[in-house]
Amino acid sequence: MIQLTPLEQEALWLSLQVAFWCVAVSLVPGVVVAWVLARLRFPGRTLLDGIVHLPLVLPPVVIGYLLLVVFGRQGLIGGPLYDWFGISIAFTWRGAVIASAVVAFPLLVRAIRLSLEAVDRGLESAARTLGARPWRVFLTITLPLMAPGILTGVILAFARSLGEFGATITFVSNIPGETRTLPLALYSVLQRPGGDEAAIRLAIISIVVAIAALAASELLARRLRRRLGSAP
Amino acid sequence: MLSWDVEKRFGDFALVAKGTVAAGGVHAVFGPSGSGKSTLLNLLAGLLKGERQSIRLGQRWLADSGRRLHLPPEARALGLIFQDGRLFPHLSVRRNLTYGARMRRLAPAATPFDEVAGLLGLAPLLERRPGDLSGGERQRVAIGRALLSGAAALLLDEPLASLDQPRRAEVLPYLDRLRATNDMPMVYVTHAVDEVLRLADTITVLDQGKAVAEGGVAEVLNAPATRRFVPGLAEETVIDAQVREIDRVNGLVRARAGAMALALMGSGLALGSTVRLRLAARDIAVATEPPRNTSVVNILPGVLTALERDTEGRVHLDLDLGLPVRAIITASSAARLALAPGQPIHAMIKAIAVDRVRA
Repeated sequence: MIQLTPLEQEALWLSLQVAFWCVAVSLVPGVVVAWVLARLRFPGRTLLDGIVHLPLVLPPVVIGYLLLVVFGRQGLIGGPLYDWFGISIAFTWRGAVIASAVVAFPLLVRAIRLSLEAVDRGLESAARTLGARPWRVFLTITLPLMAPGILTGVILAFARSLGEFGATITFVSNIPGETRTLPLALYSVLQRPGGDEAAIRLAIISIVVAIAALAASELLARRLRRRLGSAP
Repeated sequence: MLSWDVEKRFGDFALVAKGTVAAGGVHAVFGPSGSGKSTLLNLLAGLLKGERQSIRLGQRWLADSGRRLHLPPEARALGLIFQDGRLFPHLSVRRNLTYGARMRRLAPAATPFDEVAGLLGLAPLLERRPGDLSGGERQRVAIGRALLSGAAALLLDEPLASLDQPRRAEVLPYLDRLRATNDMPMVYVTHAVDEVLRLADTITVLDQGKAVAEGGVAEVLNAPATRRFVPGLAEETVIDAQVREIDRVNGLVRARAGAMALALMGSGLALGSTVRLRLAARDIAVATEPPRNTSVVNILPGVLTALERDTEGRVHLDLDLGLPVRAIITASSAARLALAPGQPIHAMIKAIAVDRVRA
């Protein structure tokens, strides 16, 4: 077993924390937005679709800069947030969560939306005739049937958050113990002469985390598919 | 009692339907695909909203466009059984069956779980998942699920249409038992004549959204004007008769329909019960004088009302034997007997050739 240095431990733990909160805060909005995009027809739907997908095509630096503009201490939201509540977002780990959440959101929404579109609406109308109100139909039929897609979305968002670099470094900088996640730590050691060994170690840690996440998702997905009654 | 008077438009297509089913009765809605049968059930169930609709279940209004009343499906208590079953794949058979009771918060005592599971033979399937069931088993579970949801009437949307012949033969007896044992109104949508004959009391024949015939099953299926809308119906006469006499020694039953008395082979029939019979037209012979020394049990005097020769050399006879009955004989026999409309005849129907389609 390789012993991790305190700096590596710090970066790994922070990365996992940021990725966890990134998924935690974007999951419910992700399901809501996916549902709205898949099921409602309204003017401005294409616009919403575009906005949700924008982070997928914009350079992460641009996203980081825009976040700085909005959430910075002089920003549209960041200003009042600091003045009234004393909460600062920029240059904190909370900012790192927001940065990766924004970047990962389209992946999450896409996966959930695909699974929602695959749910047989006939099952939902059958549930209605059996006495379920629309909200209960969603909770008891739609949501469980979407579970594999939600899982995929969660894993994609988690992985995207682990790998997030551009928006994070622009928005919340590279502060050890606060915003220095694995990719940022890797970037830092590469800036130093003779940091090759440290870089390789960080790269290996990243690879191991990524493989572990994939394996966990595959295991969960198999179990879900069994529960949904289709062949594994 | 379930009654409806509805109208629904999709572009050029318009469904206009009106009907009533009594408690314990089965009303068939018959027609080719695209005739609006499923649309009617979706309107009744509340999954679709008609331009004009008034639907009543017993004393309760489910929809009335005059008062802008449109109860949502969950408030209607109508059990809808779909052609494709639509079982919830993530729930066990047991959880599928109890889904409606959970959603409607019915007390366990209010839902006859064991009775329904017994009626439909579901006990061995309870812990399985829908994905592991055969098509026939799936439909039985779907029927049970609707029955246990607190439904006050059943709507069946071609419940056997997606099954192959052996599976149909497996599920049909369950439907027959369901019909015989429950006292709910049932609306049965189908395009299969044998299901109509076996299950239905009354029928509406739909063609392109319009009712082209409605009434009792025998009356509608025998009417020459509606026969062209009923493919698969052989040259035959359908008769609903009442059992009047049972001869247990010889296994013979005497039944009566209108002014016509008929003997048939039959066991397991109760005195006074109604049986549905089919008389194949080619099994009926005619004589111009009372035949003697024949094995034929039913020799019914009557009048030949009309005859028509088809292109294949057969002659189709319309007989009045107290009830209108159809017969087919060869053109050579018709010529030999010099048959003409208005002529008195004796129809000969073997007791063994009388087909019982429904006890």
